[in-house]
Amino acid sequence: MNTNLPTQQIICVACPKGCRLNIQRDGDQVLVSNQGCKRGVEYAHGEVKDPRRMVATTVRIEGARHPLLPVYTASPFPKGRIFELLAELRNLQIQAPVKEGQIILENALDTGIPVLASRDMEPLIPDGSR
Amino acid sequence: MKIENCDIAVIGSGPGGLAAAMAARQNGAKKVLLIERDREPGGILLQCIHNGFGVEIFKKDLPGPAYAQHFINEAQSAGVEFLLDTMVLEITKDKRIFASNKKEGMFEIQAKAIILAMGCRERTRAQVRLPGARPAGVYTAGTAQRWVNVEGFMPGKQVVILGSGDIGMIMARRLTFEGAKVERVLEIMPYLSGLMRNYVQCLQDFGIPLLMQHTVKRIIGNERVEAVETIAVDDRWQEVAGSEEIIPCDTLLLSVGLIPENELSRQVGIQLDPLTSGPFVDNHFQTSIEGFFAAGNVVHVYDLVDWVTGAGLRAGESAALYAHGKLHGNKKVTIQHGQNVHHVIPHSLDISSLAFHEEQLQMRVTRPLEHPVKVQVMNGNEVIASKALPYARPGEMVTISLKDKHMEPLQNAGQLVVRVVEREE
Repeated sequence: MNTNLPTQQIICVACPKGCRLNIQRDGDQVLVSNQGCKRGVEYAHGEVKDPRRMVATTVRIEGARHPLLPVYTASPFPKGRIFELLAELRNLQIQAPVKEGQIILENALDTGIPVLASRDMEPLIPDGSR
Repeated sequence: MKIENCDIAVIGSGPGGLAAAMAARQNGAKKVLLIERDREPGGILLQCIHNGFGVEIFKKDLPGPAYAQHFINEAQSAGVEFLLDTMVLEITKDKRIFASNKKEGMFEIQAKAIILAMGCRERTRAQVRLPGARPAGVYTAGTAQRWVNVEGFMPGKQVVILGSGDIGMIMARRLTFEGAKVERVLEIMPYLSGLMRNYVQCLQDFGIPLLMQHTVKRIIGNERVEAVETIAVDDRWQEVAGSEEIIPCDTLLLSVGLIPENELSRQVGIQLDPLTSGPFVDNHFQTSIEGFFAAGNVVHVYDLVDWVTGAGLRAGESAALYAHGKLHGNKKVTIQHGQNVHHVIPHSLDISSLAFHEEQLQMRVTRPLEHPVKVQVMNGNEVIASKALPYARPGEMVTISLKDKHMEPLQNAGQLVVRVVEREE
């Protein structure tokens, strides 16, 4: 840690520990301290340069036990574009059956990140009970 | 009345029950019945659509339904028989289960061992004694979660959340995603009750204000919630006069704690620990009645599902051994909670099993310790095991393991005390 540089404190979310990282910027360099493991350093660099989050939401599904299918981004998604992605997913209508891990949206907002189904969704059973 | 026989009956198909049923089969139990009152297995994981599950077991960041799907598939391939849409009404000491469903009506199951995996329930408005009117619009966070994520309803448009539990914070983000405005999250304690990462990802990311040492003084509205009056509290939970604020909203969500669900356990006479509201268990997760095991949130509330799965696997293994007469009642030492520790699971330990298993002691601390600490297992004045941690917080479970090397020093122990003490850096 360089005592001459201003320090920003952020909480690492790479795992549930929630380490409080100290971040300092020295020109293009990002200095990280107080991390519990190396994932903290990666997280801090990401937070400074390109903050991302896993996004989990639901899309409409037809012919299934439930009206909604839970979905998630296969990898962390640019934080600044989350609401844009949610709007895009709101336009989708999926048809049962669906398998867990099935691709629901191939290339979300041209990020190259696919959106996947979080579970199997079998077709509605014939007697109509949900 | 139809009677069905089985080796092991598991009540509840959440992560604890799924793991227990699967492990029972894998450890030689022939017929394993997994009884679930919902129409599909998976428990509350199915409505926990957010990520963060499986970091310990799979080294992956999975959503709840995907985590459940993995163990549903595993349990099915292990030969577990699922009994869905089936409600357990009563269990008896001789291991009979009375249950009912649409197809069979009421029927009986005779098991050799029973695993309790009923999970936990949310604390409700009545249990936190919130004053004011009783309009529509006051729900537990988990109820709202089920509506939003599974059934497709929104609880309201303008929301205040009482309690900084994980489900409350996660619902703050979820409702924001779906277009609602979350005005405040209030926490009566001076510290967060959920995980720090959820504060960052669910509140801070979306600019949702969290007020510590604040609570709801009054709910306003007749037909529907119109506003809540909030108030600050001091360190002794006394209201600070003059700090009142009226926040217009149509919904108040409660995320004020979880309680292990033990109606069936209580009814059959299993001894419950008042500190956890769950059964007293030994390291095999056997309860005070022989042949009854308990796994997961029914024992004590976990922070991570991965540990619930771990507990389920152990309970399933133990129950399978018991059903075949191979789980022996050896001499046990009791485990007590010491300084800064709220409770420790298990309550007692069969020392001889350290030869086969590393035994994990799981605990919650009573208050945040934001400096280096050590967890110590004490036999009188002797330190049996010690583990250093950078900090300890009530929101996160703390663990320490005992191994085969501890068998020798514990030969004559009667009682162990687990404590968390400050450490010089």
